[in-house]
Formats: sequence, structure tokens, C-alpha cells
Amino acid sequence: MERVPVLKIGDILLVSIQIDMEDQVALQLQEDLAERIVATGVHGVIIDISALDIVDSFVGRTLAAIASVSRVLDAETVVVGMRPAVAITLVELGLSLPGIRTALNVELGIAMLGSRETVDVLGDEGETDPAVLTRE
Amino acid sequence: MPLSPDEARRFAVLLESHAEQLTARWTELVTRSLRNRLSSAELQRQTSDLQRGFQQAFSGGATDLGDGPADELRAQLSELSNSRARQGFNATETAVSIYAFKDALLEVLGDQSDAATLRDYVAISGFVDRAALFTFDSYVRIRESLIADQTEQLLELSTPVVKLWEGVVAVPLVGTLDSARAQVVMERLLQTLVDTSSPYAIIDITGVPAVDTQVAQHILKTVVAARLMGADCIISGIRPQIAQTIVALGIEFGDIATKASLADALRHVISRTKQSGR
Repeated sequence: MERVPVLKIGDILLVSIQIDMEDQVALQLQEDLAERIVATGVHGVIIDISALDIVDSFVGRTLAAIASVSRVLDAETVVVGMRPAVAITLVELGLSLPGIRTALNVELGIAMLGSRETVDVLGDEGETDPAVLTRE
Repeated sequence: MPLSPDEARRFAVLLESHAEQLTARWTELVTRSLRNRLSSAELQRQTSDLQRGFQQAFSGGATDLGDGPADELRAQLSELSNSRARQGFNATETAVSIYAFKDALLEVLGDQSDAATLRDYVAISGFVDRAALFTFDSYVRIRESLIADQTEQLLELSTPVVKLWEGVVAVPLVGTLDSARAQVVMERLLQTLVDTSSPYAIIDITGVPAVDTQVAQHILKTVVAARLMGADCIISGIRPQIAQTIVALGIEFGDIATKASLADALRHVISRTKQSGR
């Protein structure tokens, strides 16, 4: 089975999905990421889906699960690079991927994670945790 | 009814031997029917081209307009209807240009009391009729494609996405927002967000005459799709009556920022940009 590579860059894990997201691949990614977050102790995860033509409800749910799991492990997840066609389809299907933070591209995603230490712009409840703000 | 090969050969000879007379008479008839809206020099050229086209089709052995040897003639006929359609002539005026050929032919056929001549005339006029119908068909097709082009141009014209500030794009919506336009606006806006990597978009509805539940639905979908991609949308240009309608209809914009004017929206976005340091 194909696996999605997980790259560590500084304080961030970068996952760029370049293959078809089959259900098994998605589940494997969810497990791999949890292990890597614990192993590396990073505080941010960026999932790049700009190469994905299709995001079905299962993949959407897995992304939400990944976000929840990493939040428990004190890492913020940002899904980046969703294509317009994918976004339109998800809206038409009524899937709004609740609980997932998104950015237009990897650069903006990194900026979003980087701005977390300084100002809490997005008002996530979890962000007010003093442990998070004093980190690093 | 298709012509017999023998008839086609005979007509080829006939057209060739009376070429000048036919062209002159034909041009005269067409000029009269178009009431001098095209110069007679141009018509002369067109009719002599067509006359040659018919002649070549016949001498090539074309028994029907769909035959291989008539390819050239068909191309000429489409070309004629194309130019007529673009010059603003109506369908009758276009078709008459071909039908006039029959009148001209009748005059060169000679003794009309002869039964064989009349049979010939009926046969060739059947062919010309089909040619005229073909012209009419392509005229309609060209007009339809013109209309389709214009509709598309109108869509393009009416939905510009402009960059307003670093990282801020705006869509000034003008006119009624139906499903087709809403789709175009949504796709354009989302594509522009990706292309310019702008995290903020302002949808300005100052130019939208009325907001009903359907229009609101389209705008909401666009906003949700932009959010999914990681961009924030602000709706601006809400006129007092529109605000009243929105409330009366019970449309919920939820946590989507709405502003009265484009200036307010831009100020809001810039202050947010500074805050987040993006």
C-alpha cells in the first residue's frame, strides 16, 4: 500500500498528499501523523491537498479526525491548497469540514502557525492556554 | 430528389455556356432584393463565385448537395451566410440571394414550352432549393453562435475580480445574480484567491438590485467555499432596503462579516491583516 510521506521542517510536520486518497491511505496517514507528532514533539501540522482532485466525505472526516488528534497532542493542524473545484463540490455536498483550519497555500499556512505564538488572532479556545503561549 | 449524372453533366455545360449572362442577371436580381445595401461590385464577385461553385459541383458529378464534388459549393454557401449574418441581413434576404439563381436560370433555359426543358428546370431548381435551405441552416447556426458568444462575453464583462490591496480581492457584483452567473462568480473568485494567494475577499453587492433567498444562498455558498480554501469573505454594499429584505426574509448570514460600504469592508480587512501580521 502506498504511504503519504511526512516531512519535518522546524517546528512543523509537512504532509503533501500527491496520491489518490483511498480510505486505507487516509487511515494510515492518521496513525503515522499521531506517531510522528509524539516522536518529534512539533506544534504544527500542515496538510497540503493541492494535488487532490477529489475529497470525499471519508477523507473530509479523516482530516477532521487528524485535526482533533493533533490538537490533543498540542499540535495545530492547517489544511492548505484546497482547489476551487474541490471547495465548490464540498459546499454543494453540504460538507463544511467543521473544526479544520484552512489556508490558501503552504506559505500562508506556515504564517498562520507562526503567528500563533505572538497574537491569538483566531480566538480558538485552546489557544488561550498559558502553556501554549509561553512555549519556546 | 437527386439529379441523374446525365442531368448534372448537362447543367454543367449549360452553366458554363451562359456563365456571363447568368451572373449578370443573378447579380441584378440580388441587388434589387437587398436594396443596394451591398455594392454591386461585391455582389458581382459573390454571384460569379457561386455560379462557378455550382458549375464545378455539376461538372464534378454532384447529384446532390451532400456529395463530395459539392464540398466547395457548400463551403461557399456557409461563407455567404456567415458574411450576411454578420452584416445584419435577415434570413429572407440571405435565402433570396440563392433563390434568385432560379429566376436567372429560367431565363437562360430557352424555350419553356418544351417539356424536356421544364423537367430540367424542375430538377435544377430542386438542387438550388436545397442549396438555399443549406444556406438558411448555416445562417441560423451562425446567428445562434453569435448570440452564445455575446452571452458569454456579457458574463465575462459583468464579473470582474479586482485586487484591492495586498492580499485583498474584491468582486463588485452588478445586475441580477442568477445561478449561471453565481457559478461563474464563485469559480472566478476562488481561482483568483488561489492565483493571487489573497486570504481576504470582499463581495460588494451595491449593484445587485434585489436580494432574495436564492441570491443569498449563492453568496453564502461562495463564502463557505472560500472558507474551506482558507480565505475569509466580507459582504459589503448592503443598501438599507436590502438590509430590510434580508431581515424580512429571515436570511441568516451567521458569522460572516457584513459591512455597509466597500470602504468599511476594506478598513476592516486591513486592520485584521495588521493584527494577524500576515
